[in-house]
Amino acid sequence: MSVNESDVVTTAEGAAWEPKIVAFLCNWCSYAGADLAGVSRIKYPANVRIIRVPCSSRVNPQFVFRAFERGADGVLVAGCHPGDCHYVTGNYYTRRRLTLFKRLLEYVGFEPERFIVRWVSASEGQRFAETVKEMVDGLKHLGPQKRVSRV
Amino acid sequence: MPRIGVFVCWCGSNIGGVLDCPAIAQEAASFPGVVYSTEYKYVCSDPGQKLIVDAVKEHRLERVVVASCSPRLHEETFRQVLRRSGLNPYFFEMANLREHCSWVHPDTTVREQAQRKAVDLVRRAVAKAARLEPLFPGKIPVVRRCLVIGGGIAGIQTALDVADAGLEVLLVEREPTIGGNMVKLDKTFPTLDCSACISTPKMVAVAQHPNIRLYTYAQVEEVTGYIGNFKARIRQKARYVDHSKCNGCGTCWTRCPVTVPDDFNLGLGERGAIYIPFPQAVPNKPVIDLEHCRRSTRGKCGACAKLCPTGAIDYEQKDEFVDVEVGAIIVATGYGLFPWEKVYGEYGYGRFRDVITGLMFERMVNASGPTGGKIQRPSSGKEPKTVVFIQCVGSRDEARGKEYCSRFCCMYTAKHAHQILEKIPGSEVYVFYIDVRTFGKGYEEFYRRVRDEGAVYIRGRVSKVYQDGSKLIVRGADTLLGEQVEIAADMVVLATGAVPAAGAADVARMIGIPQDKDGFFQEAHPKLRPVETHTGGVYLAGTCQGPKDIPDTVSQASGAAAKVCGLLLRDELETNPLVSKVNEALCTGCLACQPVCPYRAIQPVTITERLPGQPPRERVVARVNEGLCQGCGACTVACRAGAIDLKGFTNKQLIAEVDALCL
Repeated sequence: MSVNESDVVTTAEGAAWEPKIVAFLCNWCSYAGADLAGVSRIKYPANVRIIRVPCSSRVNPQFVFRAFERGADGVLVAGCHPGDCHYVTGNYYTRRRLTLFKRLLEYVGFEPERFIVRWVSASEGQRFAETVKEMVDGLKHLGPQKRVSRV
Repeated sequence: MPRIGVFVCWCGSNIGGVLDCPAIAQEAASFPGVVYSTEYKYVCSDPGQKLIVDAVKEHRLERVVVASCSPRLHEETFRQVLRRSGLNPYFFEMANLREHCSWVHPDTTVREQAQRKAVDLVRRAVAKAARLEPLFPGKIPVVRRCLVIGGGIAGIQTALDVADAGLEVLLVEREPTIGGNMVKLDKTFPTLDCSACISTPKMVAVAQHPNIRLYTYAQVEEVTGYIGNFKARIRQKARYVDHSKCNGCGTCWTRCPVTVPDDFNLGLGERGAIYIPFPQAVPNKPVIDLEHCRRSTRGKCGACAKLCPTGAIDYEQKDEFVDVEVGAIIVATGYGLFPWEKVYGEYGYGRFRDVITGLMFERMVNASGPTGGKIQRPSSGKEPKTVVFIQCVGSRDEARGKEYCSRFCCMYTAKHAHQILEKIPGSEVYVFYIDVRTFGKGYEEFYRRVRDEGAVYIRGRVSKVYQDGSKLIVRGADTLLGEQVEIAADMVVLATGAVPAAGAADVARMIGIPQDKDGFFQEAHPKLRPVETHTGGVYLAGTCQGPKDIPDTVSQASGAAAKVCGLLLRDELETNPLVSKVNEALCTGCLACQPVCPYRAIQPVTITERLPGQPPRERVVARVNEGLCQGCGACTVACRAGAIDLKGFTNKQLIAEVDALCL
């Protein structure tokens, strides 16, 4: 997939283009980790929009695809570290399902940077902020997602 | 479309100082379904809550959105406001403008982006709110019994407090006696009262309390269930002594021919293969350490069995399992010491016998300890004249130890210094420190007193300890004078930091408590919920949550007990209504959801279907037990037919949220 240079720099209105990331965070670890980033005043780019789910295993790949379809440039799913799931085994399902889903996305032409699954614990505010930074940097390099976007 | 009200909170300057709250409220007014939108300085305050109650009446609101802080903080507060307003409490949604927006995007350079993000977050909340359904918590009975794991001072205190309230307590301790680390101590700072004198009566009180069942030399192996209704399996390890027959006369342990290093005294003394850890142990009855017992190693001996007047020795005893039901669990597994021998080469990796830890010093100076309270060099048995203390061994050392301060070491070192100066005339005491932290009541006064008594405090690290003849040479830096210091010491005492007790990770996994980066158990909120965990019905007491001195441990233990009483003295508990639900019309009965559920909450049931014009037919569908379901939603994704949905996080709601964010 080639990236058009003009897409990377500006939008139609001429403002600098900013990627839009939808993040699904589990309530117990990653959402709390994002809260901790706030409490610790760790700055990160304002490109991420968070949706709270009870467990990362609640994230249906359908939701991820829906986000891409509606014009998200990147999707992040974050949950507790394997072994630390609040619901004992939920994130093991997340890991299996979303590994497969990520492969499917890559197979149909999505760049791997567009869809990230990351384990962020409630004490890892810094890690959450770094994950967002890393994603934003990657997406800025790739430019807008146009593969399935209807927008 | 339900009538939605939006309340944007300034949170003083926390949100209002970064985001333009009136503009957010104004924009929110144009979102689908929103009939009322306003902003206020502190929506969570009393007048702020009144604002919601009044607006619900005046504008006939059916759903409420508050855009303020994290729902992890105030969701419950606002649900109660809705209840007061006459709305179903689950007609509520929050947008997290503080933790997820204003606090992380405070710079003026990204102001516009932050503002856009805030509007998006509110749009998401409104989209979800429009699709919220009324939810009703169920009621479940509560088992009025509490399991306490760990019999140190935290476990003892918490067990006594819960039992005194009239509730049944099961106290499980893995060692042969309760008492934990505190009972090993000699005197406690800053009052210098004897640790055994204040803790052993409490141990006896536990053993004699009619509401406490004590399991020593036992471990909790499995925990299932949920708040109010846990099931636990306790393994009673084989003691090879029948405690129902044993009268604790002591003939066996005084006559055992085997001697092994004594772990209670940290290897400073010896015990037999049949032993009680210390004379005031509770229960005061022995166990056999089969690994060292001569009968099991060499196949012959049996002295204890021959000598026992009650015939209590039973070499064939097996581990037993006890299954119990409890309504709440208090975890009080305590701390262990930082394994300094593995890391600190400059202190000799544990090669020098005269380099000991603070806890070893406690045993040594203890009148009931291996030396009968005489301070002596482990190498020669002679009285040390010059003693060097090294602080922060493992604590406050990011490179090789732990980042945190272990809190009690400064004070126990001051106490040790006092004891040396008091007991050994003409002795010299040097303390190498980074900072001296005396945070508690009477602590600073005690520290000053010890300095006045002659303890020399040197600010700096020790670079090397080495043997020179019978002396240990301690070389370090005095950073205040900018000089090298060398002290010829007779004994070196290390203030080893505290780490979570061995096996803490297993306990965390078994019960489902998150651990922090250092392995201590994570409390639900660092300030406002310090004794609760994020697992309902599980509470924390003492140093398993983080290093603490005795007063703090006891306070937290009583706090946890109060929480348990508050929980168990209710007749019924409300269940969490955010659980999975199967649409039986869509369910094909494949049961792919069943193995996914970690709580075994999904069971097949046979239903009779009556379709018009057809004879009734039976078929199998999945059904969720709402008492067992914890609401993770893993099953919803596993369902091939899309028949399972999670209340409060439905597919419809989540997709609406995605759409709202991607506008």
